[in-house]
Amino acid sequence: MTTADAKAYGAVPQEAVGLDVQDHVDVADYQTIGEPYVENAKMSARNVNVYYGEKQAIMDVSLDIGENEVLSMIGPSGCGKSTFLRSLNRMNDIIPICRVHGDIQLDGEDIYGSGQDTVLLRARVGMVFQKPNPFPKSIYENVAYGPRIHGLAHSKAEMDEIVETSLRRASLWEEVKDVLDQPGTGLSGGQQQRLCIARAIAVSPEVILMDEPCSALDPIATARIEELIDELKERFTIAIVTHSMQQAARVSQRTAYFHLGKLIEVGDTKQIFTMPRHELTENYITGRFG
Amino acid sequence: MDDNLHLDQHTSQKYNQELEDIRARVLEMGGLVEGQCRKALKALVKLDLDMAEEVASSDHKVNAMEVDINARCTDILALRQPAASDLRVVVAIIRMAADLERIGDEAEKIGRLVKTLADGRDRTTFRSETKHLGKSAIDILHGSLDAFARMDVAAAIETAAKDPDIDNEFEALTRLSITHMMEEPASVKSLLRVNWCARALERIGDHAVNICEEVVFLVKGSDVRHLSLKEIQERFL
Repeated sequence: MTTADAKAYGAVPQEAVGLDVQDHVDVADYQTIGEPYVENAKMSARNVNVYYGEKQAIMDVSLDIGENEVLSMIGPSGCGKSTFLRSLNRMNDIIPICRVHGDIQLDGEDIYGSGQDTVLLRARVGMVFQKPNPFPKSIYENVAYGPRIHGLAHSKAEMDEIVETSLRRASLWEEVKDVLDQPGTGLSGGQQQRLCIARAIAVSPEVILMDEPCSALDPIATARIEELIDELKERFTIAIVTHSMQQAARVSQRTAYFHLGKLIEVGDTKQIFTMPRHELTENYITGRFG
Repeated sequence: MDDNLHLDQHTSQKYNQELEDIRARVLEMGGLVEGQCRKALKALVKLDLDMAEEVASSDHKVNAMEVDINARCTDILALRQPAASDLRVVVAIIRMAADLERIGDEAEKIGRLVKTLADGRDRTTFRSETKHLGKSAIDILHGSLDAFARMDVAAAIETAAKDPDIDNEFEALTRLSITHMMEEPASVKSLLRVNWCARALERIGDHAVNICEEVVFLVKGSDVRHLSLKEIQERFL
């Protein structure tokens, strides 16, 4: 059958059809669809604009990350999701041409305020990167480095405890407890990424930012990291940038969709993946060219 | 804003084809089932034994189509991980295929009952009274498939709104049969059989209403299966 039968039932050509979603808005005065604000915000961004030189990478984004929630940020390459993530712990400061305008608060405190110590900020808002990047040091030293520079341990025994707890929380302890003096770079990719997570949580951060943490990992290592994210959210607030939509759907409670520097839609993850309200979100998550 | 699905606009052309394919197949199945219903009704009204036999023995085609459509939908779920409207298309088609298969079963049941009616000696029953009931049920079925093909929510709701008439008609027919059974106990057996046929036609209407509800789910994203007609009309018309 096919088209003939479809026509018998009055089918119209497919090109004539569209979804029950918001039409494309294409101007500066756009409005994010959905609810960007939450009651128990751990971090809140208001009217954030980020520029690389003349080019504007983030346009007037306002978004909260709730305490102990996993927020995923999705969108096509170059949509600004990573830029936004990096502005949450002032990682963009190291790029000379990058300017951040707007207000970003951690527990109600302006992280771009004049008295803000970025080293302390990054201890409170940790980061895990796309490519596992352990220091060229032993597994033990990789985890101990942060607590040491922040003076979190006062004795060898205390440091040993921090290292063990962090590795346990990163589900890596059982695999490395007998080889702690071996170089971290000798571990497998998945283990290295979990080592980086252990390193990030060793300084007891409050927020963990993850920039495509599984894109260099195999499915099993990915599943372990996702399982870990689920456990970590009991203690930490997590924002994750991912290109895997299934991953966003699996690990996060809220999802934000970015497009060309704008926060197009944000909402409950289930809603975003079953009934997105904006056509651009729909097109992206269903793989349409739109 | 129009209410249809851009099934042909995926980056992957093959994915476009797969979705278009299940949509086309479920419509083909709908056409086959509708044909079975028409034949079953004709067999009942005209007491046509040959046609009854044909309907009673060709349900396997409908069953095979349901299995085929389900397998294709499972493949899409496994290989494409559809989201949003694509996911709703696949889920709605799985459920529609199940409803169509059940409609096929009802048509087959009528075919089998007509065969026993034709065998019996007493032919003074209410067969012709079922004609209008059957036509209404098939109209709803046709309307539901039409609304699906066009992704037309208004048409789907309008079609579903006709079902209460069928229910009333079935009730009236049942009352009439009971009266006759009391007056003429010898006719009970055949009257019961005709009433079972009427019941099958009424069920066909119910399954068609389910298909209408799938159209609303597909386009609007809301599961309206357990809402009253009034609530559905208020929300979506």
